Amino acid sequence: MGTQADRYKSGVMPYAKMGYWDADYEPKDTDVIAVFRITPQDGVDPIEAAAAVAGESSTATWTVVWTDRLTACEYYRAKAYRVDPVPGSPGQYFSYIAYDLDLFEEGSIANLTASIIGNVFGFKPLKALRLEDMRIPVAYLKTFQGPPTGIVVERERLDKFGRPLLGATTKPKLGLSGKNYGRVVYEALKGGLDFVKDDENINSQPFMHWRDRFLYCMEAVNKASAATGEVKGHYLNVTAGTMEDMYERAEFAKELGSCVVMIDLVIGYTAIQSMSKWARRNDMLLHLHRAGHSTYTRQKTHGVSFRVITKWMRMAGVDHIHAGTVVGKLEGDPNVIKGIYSCCRDSFTKKNLEQGIFFDQDWAGLRKIMPVASGGIHAGQMHQLISYLGEDVVLQFGGGTIGHPMGIQAGATANRVALEVMIKARNEGRDIWNEGPQILAEAAKWCAPLNAALQTWKDVTFNYASTDTADFVPTPTAA
Amino acid sequence: MRITQGTFSFLPDLTDAEIRAQIDYALAQGWAISVEFTDDPHPRNAYWEMWGNPMFDLKDAAGAMQEVAACRKAHAGIYVRVNAFDATRGFETTRLSFIVNRPKSEPGFRLARQEADGRNIRYTIESYAAQAPEGRRYE
Repeated sequence: MGTQADRYKSGVMPYAKMGYWDADYEPKDTDVIAVFRITPQDGVDPIEAAAAVAGESSTATWTVVWTDRLTACEYYRAKAYRVDPVPGSPGQYFSYIAYDLDLFEEGSIANLTASIIGNVFGFKPLKALRLEDMRIPVAYLKTFQGPPTGIVVERERLDKFGRPLLGATTKPKLGLSGKNYGRVVYEALKGGLDFVKDDENINSQPFMHWRDRFLYCMEAVNKASAATGEVKGHYLNVTAGTMEDMYERAEFAKELGSCVVMIDLVIGYTAIQSMSKWARRNDMLLHLHRAGHSTYTRQKTHGVSFRVITKWMRMAGVDHIHAGTVVGKLEGDPNVIKGIYSCCRDSFTKKNLEQGIFFDQDWAGLRKIMPVASGGIHAGQMHQLISYLGEDVVLQFGGGTIGHPMGIQAGATANRVALEVMIKARNEGRDIWNEGPQILAEAAKWCAPLNAALQTWKDVTFNYASTDTADFVPTPTAA
Repeated sequence: MRITQGTFSFLPDLTDAEIRAQIDYALAQGWAISVEFTDDPHPRNAYWEMWGNPMFDLKDAAGAMQEVAACRKAHAGIYVRVNAFDATRGFETTRLSFIVNRPKSEPGFRLARQEADGRNIRYTIESYAAQAPEGRRYE
């Protein structure tokens, strides 16, 4: 060990030597912990690469600076404390990094992410870098509002229990006039859906100004509610170019009596937190469409995993988040999706490497997010959807409702009957995974819309290999 | 019309055996069964009348079925539902709720539209039956 004077002499030194690597470090209960998948450039030592990630995501720069000595610098340095090779992926390593709580501002996802993913993803000595998972300490979680409503209160407000909720996205996504758009909403809600949804890119375009959409959609919602005696909703997308515009749209939605507004992930973390506070103040459900996420969540070697985004969104505070379907048209390995759903719905998430969950996570009473399964799913998959996703989920059948040969109402009815009959059978103790098709066929005998849906989509599946899969497989044990 | 509140309203009315199977399921989860009735089925009527307290200590579905039968007999012409309540942390709410009795004729709801500023409309949903005083709504 050299002297402090040697340590702070001008020049460069390895990050590991600067104090960003400490194999003996025991993370504190109050530390934020991140696990990164690092792919060092050829010839770069994985421990030095991990230390560099710790350094660049906390206090370091590329060279020694004497001004470190004006601070309790050892305290503020993030510490890489563990580096493991990724099973089955040569050249990749999981590196565990602990950050002291004092590095972060309370209640700010922007601040948290500015450190954790701020500079470091472009760092040259790494070929690629992926943030796989995080452990957020209870002390930090308690500084966030979390979901404005949460699953429990959402169900109580909607008066809907014991089954997944049903939704659909209006199609075509773009081009309908307000009046025609509202027609789709009315038919789908009256036929049996609980929610209809604006798509991510429907904001305020030449063919349909946002106020027109809101007015016609609320006519549809109220008319369907009167026709069925149920609470109904339409996710009015308030995404806009400025916060002022979003607040204006959200206020109008409230004025019209909507129970839910919607935002896109692309509005950014701070805007999401602002809308979450607004939603809490105004008794509004907040639906999040994860527009844009696949640009950084899908590839395993570089980016941020969606389970981390989900954790951030539970802290930032949304009530719904699109979280994968397993069986539909969009990316979704069953194990990885289970892990993401756990992050939405658990009070305590247990470490589960097969599902990509690297840490125990106590959610500290933060309300739960209702996950949304959307994209290429239909009534014929109901037994699989319920088996994979459980009950606290919104199942969204867009094409599977609107594309029904007997019309939109019939499409909605087919989905609702399939859902109720499957929940009833499950509760009766039937093995829906295996008997599902038979249970649906029995119901189709008395429900013509369900019969037509099953005939139309019977062969539709999306069997492609998933890109984002877990790296750990169950260890075979002797029988 | 047919009011479609509750978990199974899109299915044919449940038989007693089917009701009992759902109660068995709820009891197996550790949930408490309760029975409620109303003649005001507005979608935002959160408080149906309680047919006694939730049966927290009940283990056998037969006991719940007796209460269902008694409530249906006393309130044959109006809505009766069975709820299952889960008291575990993180839920502490209803987990299952389904209608087991409904009026012969369901007149449904009127959608009242009040034209307001600009093109705004204030919507109100009113039950046709609930225009009459409580207790005389489905005679």
